Amino acid sequence: MPSAIRCTNLTKTYKGKPPVEAVRGIDFEVNVGECYGVLGPNGAGKTTTIEILEGLLEATSGEAEVLEMSWSKNATAIRERIGVSLQETQLSDRLSVGETLNLFRSFYASGIDATTAMERVSLQEKENAWIKTLSGGQKQRLAVATALVGDPELIFLDEPTTGLDPSSRRELWDIIETFKKHGKTVLLTTHYMEEAERLCDRVAIFDAGKIIAEGTPSDLIRSLGAEHVIEFALDHDHDSFDLDLVQSIETVDHVDVSESEIRLTVGQPHVVLPQLISRLAKKGISLASLTTRHASLEDVFVSLTGRHLDEGDED
Amino acid sequence: MKTQHPILAVTFARLREFIRRPEAVFWVYFFPVLMVIVLGVAFRNQKVETFDVDVIESSLSNSIVEKLATEPRLKTHVVSEIEARDRLRAGTTTLMIEAAESSADKQILEQVEYLFDAARPGSLAARNIVDARLQEAAGRRDVLKVKDIKYEEPGGSYVDFLVPGLLAMGLMGGGLWGVGFAIVDMRIRKLLKRFMATPMRRSHFLMGMMLSRLIFMIPQIVILLVISYLLFGVKIYGSWLSILLVVLVGAIEFAAIGLLVASRAKTLETASGLMNLVMLPMWTLSGIFFSYERFPEIIHPIIKVLPLTPVIDALRALMMDGKSILTLGPELGVMIVWSIVPFVIALAIFRWSD
Ligand SMILES: Nc1ncnc2c1ncn2[C@@H]1O[C@H](COP(=O)(O)OP(=O)(O)OP(=O)(O)O)[C@@H](O)[C@H]1O
Ligand SMILES: [Mg+2]
Repeated sequence: MPSAIRCTNLTKTYKGKPPVEAVRGIDFEVNVGECYGVLGPNGAGKTTTIEILEGLLEATSGEAEVLEMSWSKNATAIRERIGVSLQETQLSDRLSVGETLNLFRSFYASGIDATTAMERVSLQEKENAWIKTLSGGQKQRLAVATALVGDPELIFLDEPTTGLDPSSRRELWDIIETFKKHGKTVLLTTHYMEEAERLCDRVAIFDAGKIIAEGTPSDLIRSLGAEHVIEFALDHDHDSFDLDLVQSIETVDHVDVSESEIRLTVGQPHVVLPQLISRLAKKGISLASLTTRHASLEDVFVSLTGRHLDEGDED
Repeated sequence: MKTQHPILAVTFARLREFIRRPEAVFWVYFFPVLMVIVLGVAFRNQKVETFDVDVIESSLSNSIVEKLATEPRLKTHVVSEIEARDRLRAGTTTLMIEAAESSADKQILEQVEYLFDAARPGSLAARNIVDARLQEAAGRRDVLKVKDIKYEEPGGSYVDFLVPGLLAMGLMGGGLWGVGFAIVDMRIRKLLKRFMATPMRRSHFLMGMMLSRLIFMIPQIVILLVISYLLFGVKIYGSWLSILLVVLVGAIEFAAIGLLVASRAKTLETASGLMNLVMLPMWTLSGIFFSYERFPEIIHPIIKVLPLTPVIDALRALMMDGKSILTLGPELGVMIVWSIVPFVIALAIFRWSD
């Protein structure tokens, strides 16, 4: 299988006082035709890594190869064949959607025309609208369209759906899935687990500049040992809760106690639930809440780091 | 559909953004015009200049006033000495006249004293006019026949001098602000970084930015020239084509300097500080409002190689003196050096990302 991206032992330290080790030795490979997700909390080094791969930042050490070419020798050739949407770019307010796409198209030797690009992201009706009149979701779709006008084989999308409402997010997912159906490669960063689970063939979970887990979303979830989660909270303080009470229930794999909730990772909720309720009742402990759900990538992150994804980087 | 050349695509995008910002258009195009109007009115050629002079109150003051009454260029006032000194200090008058007491007959004027500061404009002229009238009244006869002819050369008024200066100043401000600010703004918005992720050639982008500047410049110059002609009769004595060439090279020059100034700035504050720093010496030294001949001769060689000076000198030579562009080799040479060197340096040190 040919690789679209390959990086080995990539590091990046931002100079300054004190220097910031944003990326601390990263290796991964993305195959052609794959959608690869980079997941992680704020400050994990996702943007730094993706910008090195986009040729916008220089790595402190390590190798990065894109479409089997190296940035030092084939920069222009790589740029002709990739598309990029940065985490935060403000396109010119007073240009229209069509004008913006024509401008970007002019930079590529070959590509699709502005009209086709607008169709791919469903912005045909906004062709003559100034960018400042677009909604957040429309702006984000336009940003993706600017990545598509060069007819790339590989696109990099840095948090394409952050801050969007669920329906705008789903529109973008459709665009990305259509792109993938044509055999093209996507590298995507995101904070949203459901997004990664739905779009990505494989994901890498970043934390503090390193990859702490990699694999298909289902493999990662399976690695938890159990695929369901039961969360409940008690009326009183969780500190005095006796873990043995639940740990001994059949198929309970793991117990996490935090201030707000007690979380059980379980194999078979229909076995655990009746037992749990009757044991609590026997002890006279009353429940404040109880929910059950499928385990997600979020749970993988929590079990690896003890933190939630949206808590950010501690140091 | 055929795609545009990237230089033109950048140029047109910039032009569109510019015309869609009416307040920016207003300042770029009408500020220089406003300056011409204000300064043109302030320094218009007056018909006859008049002087206010004070005569100190005495038994002879009325006789002095009578003798000066026929002179249209003088306005006399009889006041006390204290008041006259106050008025002289304040600059209300240019000259104070006092009749010295004569011992014999108090009704005959024998001696007068003039008090004035020769360094003040008009003082000496007022003194000489007063003196001539009083001497004539006392019986002096001129022996040499003289005839005064009014000097009126086309292209010789202050407005004629000012317009080329303001035109060049407009080129400078427009180039530096227009190119420099736009670039820093694009850097802050990460748009430059976004462009770097495409195969766009860096030089194409920078040339597009400069070219769009040249195109904005054309209306700016036409408006300024037309308004100065309509309001103040400023005419152009040299060839239009030569003027266009000088304006074009001047616009390229300042766009290139604007690129250089903006090549590394990360904030608009840094950029505007740098631009003022670059422009300040030229505003004061290059002779926009008065000739740099007034500065000591040793610094003339330095003034002449500032980017603005050759533009002003060349425009004045073409517009006021009707000279040929062939005589302007040194000026054009300096301008061309200032166009190429900053562009090359800017291209080398330019900061594309944050
Ligand atoms: N230009 C810079 N100079 C210094 N430090 C930087 C710079 N850019 C990023 N960092 C630091 O490097 C670390 C990683 O940042 P990065 O932007 O790669 O994280 P991220 O995973 O993309 O986060 P987010 O989810 O918030 O976008 C952070 O600690 C950040 O503060
Ligand atoms: Mg980021």
